[in-house]
Amino acid sequence: MEKETQVIDAEILNRTINRMAHEILERNKDTGNLVIVGIQTRGYYFAQRLSQKIKEIIGQDLPLGALDITLYRDDTSSGIKNPIVKKTDISFDIQDKKVILVDEVIFTGRTIRAALDALIDFGRPRGIQLAVMVDRGHRELPIKPDYVGKNVPTSLEEKIIVRFAELDGKDEIIIVRSEA
Amino acid sequence: MQLKSKDLLGLEYMSREEIELILETAKLFEEVSGRDIKKVPTLRGKTIINLFYEASTRTRTSFELAGKRLSGDMINIQVSSSSVTKGETLLDTGKTLEAMNADIVIIRHSSSGAPSLLSKHSGFSVINAGDGMHEHPTQALLDMFTISKKKKRIEGLKVVIVGDIFHSRVARSNIWGMKKLGAEITIVAPPTFLPREVEKMGVQVSYNLDESLKKADVIYLLRIQQERQKGGFLPSIREYSRLFGLNQERLSLAKKDVLVMHPGPINRGVEISPEVADGPLSLINEQVSSGVSVRMAVLYLLGTRK
Amino acid sequence: MGSPLQRGKMNLLLKNGRVIDPSQKIDAKLDVLIEKGKIVELGNNLDNKAKSIIDLTNKIICPGFIDMHVHLREPGYEYKETIKTGTYAAARGGFTSIACMPNTKPVADNQAVIRFIANRAKEEGIVNVFPIGAISKDLKGEELTEMGELLSNGARALSDDGKCIQNADLMRRAFEYAKLFDLIIISHCEDFNLSKNGMINEGFISTKLGLIGIPKAAEEVIVARDIQLAEFTKSRLHIAHISSSYSVELVRQAKKRGVNVTAEVTPHHLVLDESLVDGFDTNTKVNPPLRGEEDRIALLEGLNDGTIDCIASDHAPHARTDKEVEFDQAAFGMVGLETSVSVILTKLVHHKKLALSEMVGKFTLNPAGILKLDKGTLQKGKDADITVLDLRKESVIDANSFLSKGKNTPFSGWKVTGLPVMTIVGGKIVMEDGKVANK
Repeated sequence: MEKETQVIDAEILNRTINRMAHEILERNKDTGNLVIVGIQTRGYYFAQRLSQKIKEIIGQDLPLGALDITLYRDDTSSGIKNPIVKKTDISFDIQDKKVILVDEVIFTGRTIRAALDALIDFGRPRGIQLAVMVDRGHRELPIKPDYVGKNVPTSLEEKIIVRFAELDGKDEIIIVRSEA
Repeated sequence: MQLKSKDLLGLEYMSREEIELILETAKLFEEVSGRDIKKVPTLRGKTIINLFYEASTRTRTSFELAGKRLSGDMINIQVSSSSVTKGETLLDTGKTLEAMNADIVIIRHSSSGAPSLLSKHSGFSVINAGDGMHEHPTQALLDMFTISKKKKRIEGLKVVIVGDIFHSRVARSNIWGMKKLGAEITIVAPPTFLPREVEKMGVQVSYNLDESLKKADVIYLLRIQQERQKGGFLPSIREYSRLFGLNQERLSLAKKDVLVMHPGPINRGVEISPEVADGPLSLINEQVSSGVSVRMAVLYLLGTRK
Repeated sequence: MGSPLQRGKMNLLLKNGRVIDPSQKIDAKLDVLIEKGKIVELGNNLDNKAKSIIDLTNKIICPGFIDMHVHLREPGYEYKETIKTGTYAAARGGFTSIACMPNTKPVADNQAVIRFIANRAKEEGIVNVFPIGAISKDLKGEELTEMGELLSNGARALSDDGKCIQNADLMRRAFEYAKLFDLIIISHCEDFNLSKNGMINEGFISTKLGLIGIPKAAEEVIVARDIQLAEFTKSRLHIAHISSSYSVELVRQAKKRGVNVTAEVTPHHLVLDESLVDGFDTNTKVNPPLRGEEDRIALLEGLNDGTIDCIASDHAPHARTDKEVEFDQAAFGMVGLETSVSVILTKLVHHKKLALSEMVGKFTLNPAGILKLDKGTLQKGKDADITVLDLRKESVIDANSFLSKGKNTPFSGWKVTGLPVMTIVGGKIVMEDGKVANK
């Protein structure tokens, strides 16, 4: 049996995205140099939301890309259970750009490490900043997000799911605990 | 979902889902091949051997490029057929490669079944890069990949395969693969080139190219070997070309958007006329570029299999 | 029962067994008394005449089984098999007599080789060995051998086996000349042009595996040719390892016309078909190849209606290195001596596809008749060659346990019911419960 507990509802989720969009713009006054890249799958949905909000604020679209990090994982040599690769679509040049790298949850930091390597294969950005909706702790690499929606302390047995209406029918963040 | 077997020995042994997984994955590797830095670190530290008992620049290079783009350590071993008799046996070679901790061995061999022999006696993954008259699965996968890029589907397409079905591993793999994905296949050849009971593979058989062309969505031509005259398979290349060669005139009988394919290397003027081979309906070059992405997909899926 | 060696060769009573002897149309519970290597009496209440008694309750006592198609490989290919190991395998498989093919190195086409085989069999062998001489010198299909000399040195038949004589005129002369000595010609029927480069039966399996096929016609045209020639020359023909339905029909029609033709079939052609080759197991590569299901059924019919006279294994031992190679380079053939009887019992007799007494005839009376051996019977005064079967005994075939040097069998791992449990050659027990007495 699994038990779901809501951490954040739709309204707060949207307010959080709004706040993060403002923080990003606050720190990056020159939006002409700014691009957004979301990590497949939910990080990309989150990136789309962020980019919408930014557009509402500044009235223009920032370039938005999707990045799949499967091919950059650090555990491929021991075999991976789900080998399905998703689309990587960065149709703009990231050379000398400020990249906002977006994921929905940061956990061990390994996904972000892979994403950094993948991004750099596309060019040499001016800088990379990291935005995550949830930081659930348990970092195994020295990686720290620049923008955090909510810190949610978790145990290793728990799962965090960030739901987006486009994908799941509603917006919310939940914790899943398995019960014996 | 992942591939069921550690090996890719033939499409006969694969499910539709597995074939679709490879083709879907290949699509994403096309993106990698389009980058400035055409390389991902996925198979770092994996040893991949190209073990070729038959010369084949095209297939070997394609696999080599695929392996290198995945950061695998690629080694080429070209065994000349003359040394097979006096040299070490296939199983001894397999043991040697195993002792060197090879992860994937890609084998091209003139004997049907050689890859399965190697696989039965070794722990590494074996990829069949063409065995005798048996199968050439990655060729068929890249052919299907090329077709589905153009037609967005394989299901329901009418595919006409023309030529020496008897000796063709490419034909066998394509028949298995395309049948699994729902294509309708007609094979067209003189009876000497039709292996016995081939209709049990689920294909229609015809001796008449002009009739078969009319309904085709894809015309797939096979290479004709000059030496077939000696075995009594053909009276002459000239007569074959007249009855079964694809020229502009014949092509005009087909649908306007028919795809013309050939596994290469082509005999211009034998199974295909130069105008058709270089013409707008020909996918021959696309087939070659698809090869690398498809082989990357295969290497990736086998190399990361848990 | 005591160990086989402890029991004398002098006097032995086989008690309480069911005797099946087609030569005397006997199927009854009888005791068999053996003395000085001969059958002395079949009857009841013979205990007082016996010094040593073996209780064979629930066992079947048959005349010694004969396998008329065996490759012993010696001289020349001792790494595959020797006369010693081959006869040990025969004893274990319930055979008291075997006939061996001449494709040794050198070929058994002269008196020296025939004598060597006969002598070596006497020295080291534990069952009777009857050499088959070559029809043509060096199996080349060009000149006839000195058949008279082969006969006088022990050859019981003539064959070029796998090297089927392609020249019809030479074959005609062979049939004619063999009449001089009343020797039978055994023909492995294969037209080499039609079977060129072939490896397995030509059909769906060869098509999908991309292996060159051997068409049934390659056998049938030579069966037809040899029947015509035997009829024309009024000579004797035995068709080896018949494998196709039309070949069976050809033999059936020829027998009706009164042609002096007989035929044998192998256990593998009777119980296996070409689908087994799927997967490229070289142990399934055999010549003639495993055919289709309809052929298998026709062979069974032929066996039952008397068209096919006997069952022979075509025991063809090979070393691992001959088989653990690419399919096209692998040697043809499978071993059979240690599996024939149990496979036939399991798949045919127990499934009511072949009556037990018919089976015994196909292994005894009929091959003895074809080779004109004074064997295959339990008549008084004949050699005490006896095979004892246990129809209920179960076992799993394990190639690694074979006494033959050849482990090349497609039957490894098969569960069988019914085994030879005792082999007696000339009154001497050479095998008991699978254990073979060393010479």
